[in-house]
Formats: sequence, C-alpha cells, structure tokens
Amino acid sequence: MNFGKQFKEGLITNNPVLVQLLGMCSTMAITTSFFNGLGMGVAVLVILTLSNIIIAAIRKIVPDKIRIAMFIVVIAGFVTVVDLILKAFVPALSESLGVFIPLIVVNCIILGRAEAFAYKNGVLASAVDGICQGIGYTIVLLIMCIIRELLGSGTFGGGLLNGGAGLRLIPEQFGIKILTLPVGGFIVLGVLIAAMQWALARPKKKEESK
Amino acid sequence: MSITGLLSIALGAILVNNFIFSQFLGCCPFLGVSKKLDTAVGMGIAVTFVMGLASAITWIVNEFILVKFGLEFMQTVAFILVIAALVQFIEMFLQKSMPSLYTALGIYLPLITTNCAVLGVALLNIQSNYNFIESVVYGITGGLGFLLAIVLFAAVRERNVFADCPKCFEGFPIALITAGLMALSFMGFSGLSVWG
Repeated sequence: MNFGKQFKEGLITNNPVLVQLLGMCSTMAITTSFFNGLGMGVAVLVILTLSNIIIAAIRKIVPDKIRIAMFIVVIAGFVTVVDLILKAFVPALSESLGVFIPLIVVNCIILGRAEAFAYKNGVLASAVDGICQGIGYTIVLLIMCIIRELLGSGTFGGGLLNGGAGLRLIPEQFGIKILTLPVGGFIVLGVLIAAMQWALARPKKKEESK
Repeated sequence: MSITGLLSIALGAILVNNFIFSQFLGCCPFLGVSKKLDTAVGMGIAVTFVMGLASAITWIVNEFILVKFGLEFMQTVAFILVIAALVQFIEMFLQKSMPSLYTALGIYLPLITTNCAVLGVALLNIQSNYNFIESVVYGITGGLGFLLAIVLFAAVRERNVFADCPKCFEGFPIALITAGLMALSFMGFSGLSVWG
C-alpha cells in the first residue's frame, strides 16, 4: 500500500469535503471560529481513525447484510466516548460545538470511508486512510474558519489566542458580518469547491492543449 | 401547554430557525437530492414523516428507558439505533401497504437514517426540555421546514442548469451559492414571533 499516495489523496485529489462532497453539514455549521474548527477536525480525525481500524479488523466476520448497522454502532460508540471526554476536559469546546458532536455519528465522511475503504482493506491501510482523510477534513475546516473569521469579524484564532478573543487584524467596523452568519458558510464553501475544481481541471487542460 | 406556545415552536421550526438555512441540519440530502423537483418533494415528505415519528419515539425511549435507568450518556447510540430501526420498519410497512408511495420514495427512504436532521431533532428535543407534544410538533414542523426549503431549492436549481456561469462554478459550487442566497432571504424571518 502506497502511503504517500493515500496522503495526497486525502489532502488534495480525493479530499473528503472539497472533492467527495461529504460531511457538508458540520463543515458549514461550526466553522465560525478557529478553535471550533480545530476541535471538530481533531474529534472527527480521532473517531474516523479508530472506527476505520475496528471496522477493518472485524470486516471478515460481519455478514454483508447488516454491515451498515454494524458500522453505525461502532461509530456511535466512539462518538459517545469522544463526546464524554470533551465534556469532561474541554467543556468550552463541547458547549460551542453543541449538538454537532453527537451528530458526528451521521457525518457522511465516516460512514462513507467505512463503506468505501475500511470494509475492503487491511487494518494498517485503513488506519492511515483515517488519518489522511481526517487531516484533509481538518484542513478544509481550518481554511473555512480562517476566511470566515478574518473577513467576518476581523480576528484570527478566536477561542484560542489572546484569552479567547483572538488577535485583531482588521478593525471591527470593517468586518463583513454576513460571513459569520449561516449565509457565509454556504458561500465560502461554494467558492472553495469552485477553486478546487478549477485547480484540479488545470493540469488536464494543459495536457489537452499539448 | 398553550396553543400559542406550540404555534411559536412551529413558526420557529419552519421559518425562523429553519433546519437547513439556519441550523445546517440535513444539508447532505438537501444538496444531494435536489436536482429534480418531484424527487425533492418525495424526499421532503419522507423526511417530515420520519422526523415526526422519530421525535415521538426517541422522546419515549429517553423518558422511560434512559432517564429511568440513569443511562443518559447512551443517548446518541440509542437514538441512532431507534432511528435506523424506525426507517427500516417504515420501509417494510410502506412496501406492503402503500406500494405506490414506496416506489415513489425509492432509494431516499433508507438514506434518511443518515440524515442529520432526524438525529438532530431528537437531540434538540431533549436539549430544549420539550414535553411529548412539543417534541412531536417540533419534529413535524421541522420536517415541514425541510420540505419547504428543499422544494424551493430544487425549483431554483432546475433553472440553474440552463444558466451561464463560469466553468469552475458549474454544478455543486453554484448550488451552494444559491443556497447561501436563499439562506440570506430566510434571515428576513428572524425576529418574527407569535404573541402570547
């Protein structure tokens, strides 16, 4: 198994959000501050890796017909563990992510990777896949957070730096407030996916012109 | 519970705090199944139905099983299992008794299990301490809000196909921008409330 290729796929060519178009709900909903994005990204990364490992390990003894139910139970178990850990050790994060932590259960990325990758590949490859796809997801979340936070309220690293207020880079009155509202989530994600399509289509065009 | 209280829950779920445009719940089917108007209507109706039933059943499970035995930490696992079983039952029931509706809904029925609006409404009901009737009203009206959003969106998207837009925006990105503009118009409802 080629780990370098898997890494590149998870990050760019087969990015879970921008190319596979999975896990939209959480991507748009929680990317309002840097801290939220980082917390959600790491939570998904951990759950995705662990559930990929377990599903790859039990893939040979699970009957084909009930595999989806099995996946959901495994994922729900890990989500509960992470939810309780966050509540105990990082209550502020748990508060601001709210209902979206338990909703990781129905995040299409995790179920999608379980079905498309972990169910067909070995434990090690699945673990690497979980980490790569998780990093790809986290990076998209962070990009969204940085754009929305910087242009929307003019700060950087909200919830994390400068005692939670974030570093102010743009004076408050110049912020495009609409980007911090739900509208901003849809529009920023749309523009990012368009940029990704443009970037992925470019090498192909070069080949055609040759 | 007074009627005005229920009305304000309903109004909130359909317009002010629309599940898709202000809470981002159920975006995956919203974006995935909105290419054609008639499938969007089918999906919306199926979701409304499941959300109403799921709110009722998860409320009962939570009140009489989880809370009673001090198992609240198992909520996520219990709810997703209840929802998966419920969807499976509805599928079997429709197949036997209403085959026409069953074929109309087709593949969208099993997909509802992974719709985050359904699990979301179950969890939000518990979080907001709603009683049984309020939960059911919130579930059904939340589903109606989803129906309204997906039907409007599908109608716009059908016309979008013929629009001339930059190559890299074709397909998904332009749909997201459209959804963003619709979310903007739904913001106009904020502040709307029922006096009571």
